[in-house]
This record gives sequence, structure tokens and C-alpha cells, in this order.
Amino acid sequence: MTKPGAMHAWRRSDGRKGIRNTVVVTYLVECAHHVARQIVRPFEGMDVHVIGFPGCFPNDYSQRMMETLCTHPNVGGVLLVSLGCENFRKGQLFRHIEATGRPVELLTIQHSGGTEASVRLGRDWVSKTLSYLIDAPTVDMVPSELIIGTICGGSDATSGIAGNPAAGRAFDMLLAEGATCIFEETGELIGCEHIIAERAANPALANELVGSVKKAARYYADMGYGSFSQGNAEGGLTTIEEKSMGAYAKSGSACIQGIVKPCIVPPKQGLYLLDVVPDGPPRFGFPNINDNAEIIELISCGAHAVIFVTGRGSVVGSAISPVLKVCANPETFARMPEDMDVNAGRILSENASLEDVGTEIRDKVIALGQAGQTASERLGHQEFVLTYKSFDPLGPACLPNVAAA
Amino acid sequence: MNELLILHSDDNVGVLKNAVEKGVRQVVRDRSLVVSDSLSMGHKVAIREIRKGEMVLKYGVCIGLAKSEIPAGAHVHLHNLESRYTQIEDMETGQ
Repeated sequence: MTKPGAMHAWRRSDGRKGIRNTVVVTYLVECAHHVARQIVRPFEGMDVHVIGFPGCFPNDYSQRMMETLCTHPNVGGVLLVSLGCENFRKGQLFRHIEATGRPVELLTIQHSGGTEASVRLGRDWVSKTLSYLIDAPTVDMVPSELIIGTICGGSDATSGIAGNPAAGRAFDMLLAEGATCIFEETGELIGCEHIIAERAANPALANELVGSVKKAARYYADMGYGSFSQGNAEGGLTTIEEKSMGAYAKSGSACIQGIVKPCIVPPKQGLYLLDVVPDGPPRFGFPNINDNAEIIELISCGAHAVIFVTGRGSVVGSAISPVLKVCANPETFARMPEDMDVNAGRILSENASLEDVGTEIRDKVIALGQAGQTASERLGHQEFVLTYKSFDPLGPACLPNVAAA
Repeated sequence: MNELLILHSDDNVGVLKNAVEKGVRQVVRDRSLVVSDSLSMGHKVAIREIRKGEMVLKYGVCIGLAKSEIPAGAHVHLHNLESRYTQIEDMETGQ
């Protein structure tokens, strides 16, 4: 029997629960992208999403991202679409998914008779899988089983004073209920790394937190973007620590339990920093080329949903996990309301408190597990981007409480 | 309408929710203050007297030190607030 206030979820073989039961159609090289896109066309408005990797050269990070995303708790089944001659380790990916008990199929265009035949075969498989998944039983899920990420994009002066602090209040509420929350964007935390370090669970982790911000500073400097300005003085920002605090405010005020990297699911509940900046010298370009590259990395850490704070007005969603958009600027909200889930601008225009808006964000996150949809889901947004990167393994001080878990 | 947003209970500055004219009266924590300048949204106003060298607190954390005495109601910006952030030491050398 369903407990009052519980969310409805699908239980996976690894014990995790998902708030969506999405079929992903995954292209393994850009050459298979069109076929993947054609396969999902008849399923518009249903939980069938296209994800994929464009490159033809193998890369450990993108291989691991694909393995992690295809077995994310929100994913119910996977169709892999291969051209045939790409260098992606598709057998390894297939076996990884198969081992979880999810329905999975590998469609190779070069062996299946080309575009039209592959599209037909792919659509048949998706139809069959959807009718199988529709009968899948659901279980109750409570807030302490949720993993929630947060990012900001399309920011303006309102993001740091209304949107991000309100998202921070929502994080504090969710963490008090036992959820796991993840924040990131170390490149925007320069200047407040010592403030962040003060919130670390222990001194070794504090050093790692400072180190991760330092790594971001060095990486951007190496790329020729070393000038972290004093912020926009016209917008009222005076110091770099103040500017960075505006972004950092969305992490709330809880103790930081650890640092994770993409594809690492936090080992126990609490607040974590996701370090998205590659290790070593820049090899493949920017750490993240756009907001969706960051969103999908939060999702790779198990995020069931992502809170996205915007000022100027982003419209994006994501494949796999819903993206809840919090609009900090009341004028932006009035201009594009159908794209927004929460009007945090009412803190500025209607005297609403940060707590009121934080509560609204928290409630709308929970509602996503109770048949609620985000604006970007309703509008069909399923953005996805995955590029080349390289990471070293996580240092031992990054997860100080694992042994105690 | 209260135009000053206090982001944290420890803060000694408030942030303007909208542009205001010089001389606007605001009540913060039962204390009345007069905004000293015409300022636009996002700018900071001292919500109590801040002594020279005292930490300026926003989001409940220190965003820099007061360069001079700042009376309640005064604009807090580049002229009276300085960063205490020291550049990450070896950012330039890449070490």
C-alpha cells in the first residue's frame, strides 16, 4: 500500500529506484545519430529519449558515461544503435546493461540493411519494450532515496540573490529529509574555496575541496581564460568571493560529505561536490561545453532530477532525468512562463521569502515522483551532449565517510 | 515595500530587490534606516554600522573587509569594501 506523500518508483536490480522508466535509444557514433532520431519519431511525447556519443575514437570517460547512463535508475530499457565500424566498445556496453536485467538490444546498421530497415527494426523493438515496461510494478520511494543535482545557467544579477539562495534552501530541506544532493561548477567557486573548505566533513576533505577549485583555476588559465574578473561592479558585486558566493549559495548550508567525479554515485546520503574539471593539462577543450554537458554529468552521479537556476531564461531539459527550472528574474518569468517551473523572482517583486520559494522547489522536486512533470518535459526537451574527457581516479580523502558507511 | 533582501541572519548588509531613490526609508530588524544614494537592483546597503576593518557579511560569510567606517544605510561597494582573497598561489606557474 502506498504511504501518503510517497513517490512512485521502479526498483532496479542494483537496489536503486528510478522516478522514470524511460527507454533510451543510444547511438554509438554520430554516423548512427540519424537512424536513432528516426527510430524515436513515432514515440514523441512518450518516455523514449535519444542519447549518444558522436566520436569514433574510444575514450574511457565516454565509455563509462554511456555504461553509467544506460543503467541509470530512471532508465528501463536500452536500444543501442551502431553503424558497425566505429571504435566504441559496444560489446562491453551491451554486457554491462544486460547484467542489470534491463531489456537491451544492439542494432547494427551495416548488418541490418541500412537506414530504412534499421529504423523499422528499431521502432519494432521500442514498441515491444514499451508494452513490456507498461506493466512493470512500482514501489514506494521516500525523499531519503533521492539524489538531486543543482546547476545554474543563463545567469544574471538575480541568480545570485534570489534563485541560487532559494535553491540552497531547497537543498537544506531535502538534506534534512535524508536526501543526497550534489552541486558543482568549481570554475565559478574561485574566491570562496576557503569558505567551502570550512564546511568540509574533515580537514583532509577541506584540502581536497580547495585543491579542486585550484585545479579549475589552473585549467581555465591554461586555456587562456585566466582572468576571473571582479564580477560586474555595475550589478553591485564588489569582490570575487562575493561573486563566487552567488553561485555557491545554491549548495545551501549543510556540511559537505565528499567530492565525486562523473559516474561516481555518492556512497551515502548528504551533500557532495561534483568535480567536473578534467585532470591533467587541457586535452579536449573546455571542461564542459554547455549547460547540458554539466547536467548529464550530475545525472551520471545518479541524480534523479536536476534543479536548474536561470536568470536570463534557459529553456533546456535533459534526457534521462527531469530538469526543474527556477527562474530568478521576475521579468524573465513574465516573458517565458511556460518554460519555467518556479518563479523565484517573486522574492524580488512580491516580497516572497527565500524559505517560501525553497519550499516550493522542494515540493516540486518531490512531485516529480508523484506523476508531476517539469516544464521542459511537457515541452519535449531532451537535450543531451557527451564529449571527450579524461579523469584520474578519486583521491582517498575525497570520500572520508565511506569506511563508516 | 521592503526593498532590502537579507540573505542570512548573520548578515550586516542587505541587497536591493529593485532600484531605489536616495533617501528611501527602510525598516530592517525593527530599525529604521535611510538609503544614502540612488542605487540599482543587486547593490548592497549596510543594515547596521560597520566599523573599519570589520568583516562584511553576505550569505552569512565574509565577502571582504570594510575599508572605512560604514554607517547604516550607506552603499557598500568598491569605495569601502575590499577583498581579502589572495589569488590562488600557483595558478600562474601551473604548479
